[in-house]
Amino acid sequence: MTATATHRAIDAVFRIESAKLIAGLARIVRDVGLAEELAQDALVAALERWPASGIPENPGAWLMATAKHRAIDVMRRSKRIERKHEEIGHAIEADQQAAAPDLEAAIDEDVGDDLLRLVFTACHPVLSTEARVALTLRLLGGLTTEEIARAYLVPEPTVAQRIVRAKRTLAEAKVPFEVPRGEELAARLSSVLQVIYLVFNEGYSATAGDDVMRPALCEDALRLGRILAELLPKEPEVHGLVALMEIQASRARARVGPSGEPILLLDQNRARWDQLLIRRGLTALSRAEALGGAQGPYALQAAIAACHARARAAEETDWIRIAALYTALAEITGSPVVELNRAVAFSMAFGPAAGLMLVDTLVSEPSLASYHLLPSVRGDLLAKLGRDAEARVEFERAASLARNTRERALLLERAAACARASARTD
Amino acid sequence: MRFMICAAPDPNAPKTEGAPPSDELIAAYMKFNEDLTKAGVLVTSEGVNPGRQGARLGIKDGKRVVLDGPFVETKELVGGFYLIDVNSREEAIEWALRCPTGIGHDDILTILPMTNAEDIPPEMMAIVEKAAPTWLRTFWKKK
Repeated sequence: MTATATHRAIDAVFRIESAKLIAGLARIVRDVGLAEELAQDALVAALERWPASGIPENPGAWLMATAKHRAIDVMRRSKRIERKHEEIGHAIEADQQAAAPDLEAAIDEDVGDDLLRLVFTACHPVLSTEARVALTLRLLGGLTTEEIARAYLVPEPTVAQRIVRAKRTLAEAKVPFEVPRGEELAARLSSVLQVIYLVFNEGYSATAGDDVMRPALCEDALRLGRILAELLPKEPEVHGLVALMEIQASRARARVGPSGEPILLLDQNRARWDQLLIRRGLTALSRAEALGGAQGPYALQAAIAACHARARAAEETDWIRIAALYTALAEITGSPVVELNRAVAFSMAFGPAAGLMLVDTLVSEPSLASYHLLPSVRGDLLAKLGRDAEARVEFERAASLARNTRERALLLERAAACARASARTD
Repeated sequence: MRFMICAAPDPNAPKTEGAPPSDELIAAYMKFNEDLTKAGVLVTSEGVNPGRQGARLGIKDGKRVVLDGPFVETKELVGGFYLIDVNSREEAIEWALRCPTGIGHDDILTILPMTNAEDIPPEMMAIVEKAAPTWLRTFWKKK
């Protein structure tokens, strides 16, 4: 293997191993920041040694053993945490002695619990949403700071700083490395799901930049969701979220045209939907439903996505069922964005006038004041009702609010089409 | 990026007489399946039954013929394939390295990248869309 090839192989190993490594180390040192640094040290050691020695048979165990040795060194050298060192140093040594005959088994043991603790720590409410996202991608997704920066189109130092600050916050707040129990679990889990879905959505509908999608982020989120689903197999909303992401991801290829322009759901070539992901999504949805979670917000959204996925052609869509699902979703979320989607579903099920009536109730909604999809939907319904001049104004407004360049172009095109149509009628 | 990983006996290896896979090997395989699933990278997988239940067709001078069997690779190791979704070719290789195949046999693992949308020239895509719209529904291409 050439040096570059070895480095790439080491990167791949690290990406697979890093979450387990950090999680296992964090259980020992009780500090996620330190655990991450120890994991990085182990990576550096691998980069130094493996090119000459070759990649070991069990690279995960090698990295863990190396990191544990470093953990002991760090603990011993640290004067500040003298007492902690005693406790933990002994714990590690005892751990190592016990684990010595079968290190691999020792690492595998409880790795699920450790990962789960890591998930909840990275998404802890003391952190800002941005910090949660960055830490989750870094610690659980195994992404480098550079990769996160590239995915979010922000400078690398910004992400690096965000992560450093997040780790400091966790340490200062003495956030315990544990899985919340009882009532706290539900609230904390919803924060975790939100972080994963935020990552997915940033990939699926890029809010900034030239591309409609950044597929790598979708894949990272999907993978995190699948991991979480197996860590918490009895939580219906986790399966609901996975179902939603699998089904949305199944349309990834169909929703971008040849020159990068977005294609709306109903105009998509359904032949390009990924049936494998749809099947996975439907399976995940039935897992959520079997656990009694059909009315959860993610399961409801997944059920809506499933309605589209099951329709072989746009005309075969069960809009009445979708309208009902949106009504249920609007009730539990109280979200104006959901109300807007509900309006669209109503327009499809019962005609544009019915939809417009619902949209009009949202026009004065302050939280939607700069939301480009409100005028975009309104414009679409007005156009369908032949009110082209009004529609044009709405599309232009929508274009001025849209941040994605591709989306803006599409909206301006629709405004122009309305202008032509109203010129003909005049 | 999607990759298929499949195992086949090394054609140069001496043929072993059909011992069923050991419990240990089965357990190792199942652990591998479990690891792929829990890591969120496994898209789908299928097992393949031993060769004597299959068949082979040959095409010779434009004629299709069922070839005489049995063509069993004598080993009874259950084959199959994994379809995984990972970030790089290196990651696919790293997963394949963890596949327990080859324990007690010489095997070759093949790691194949799935065809991407951009691998298909537009003129070919036009033919596909016209001639096989139904099949295309089930066919997967990914950016």
